[in-house]
Amino acid sequence: MIISLSKDVVAITKEQDVILFRNRVKEFAQKIKMGLVNQTKLITAASELVRNMLRYADGGQITIEVVSKGRENGIRLVFKDSGPGISDIQLAMKDGFSIGKSLGLGLPGAKRLVNDFSIASEAGKGTVVTIIKWVNG
Amino acid sequence: MDKIPILRMGAFLLVTIQVDLYDRLALNLESDLVQMVSKTDAKGVLIDISAVSIVDSFMGRIIGNIANMSRILDAETVVVGMQPAVAITLVELGLPLKGVHTALDVEKGMNLLRSKMQVLEEEEEDLNDEDDNIPV
Repeated sequence: MIISLSKDVVAITKEQDVILFRNRVKEFAQKIKMGLVNQTKLITAASELVRNMLRYADGGQITIEVVSKGRENGIRLVFKDSGPGISDIQLAMKDGFSIGKSLGLGLPGAKRLVNDFSIASEAGKGTVVTIIKWVNG
Repeated sequence: MDKIPILRMGAFLLVTIQVDLYDRLALNLESDLVQMVSKTDAKGVLIDISAVSIVDSFMGRIIGNIANMSRILDAETVVVGMQPAVAITLVELGLPLKGVHTALDVEKGMNLLRSKMQVLEEEEEDLNDEDDNIPV
């Protein structure tokens, strides 16, 4: 059972919001005493996902939460946008696949950097990506 | 508009990134730097990222681009001061920064650039020597 302890919602509409958001995630991670390497992994993964959100869906909303499961604490981030959605998630999760001009590392790379990764998308409605990084994960 | 300063030190260009980069800022740095290389005929570019806490795939791509573009313009690029956590994250992300020279700190990076210049000069001398030896 995952319990949510504290929560914050950040709206992303422009590139500069990304820095604000990254700092917010860092504050949360420091509050639960996450180590520097895990913090960096979490924020890098978040940075990849928030870029996708800006590029393909013109922004969206991110929920930052401190969550707890048993004795373990962690950070859960939920990225929600109302963009065009992803028609083939399996393909989007493949290394090197991109419909933009990028390297295609964003989604698969972010998945490798966190402990829990889930993605749900409906064409024309939007995409929701949820990641969790545990303090000792 | 924020701007990252590019300092000239002899034949080298020195860039110290002290702020968190957002995409536009990184793209501007890329074009400014490549233009500076061409304008000042620089032989080396040193990028200090010791104050950068996050390098994601976009930022990594920009660093790779700068190195490739500079190489075409006859300048070597060295990235120095990467934080250990950033290195760990980059490799796990799947972006090992191929083709980019790295050094632990600015001093070592400068030495690396200088040694690369020396090698180039020696090669040129060798070529000139060979030209002299061609029998008429």
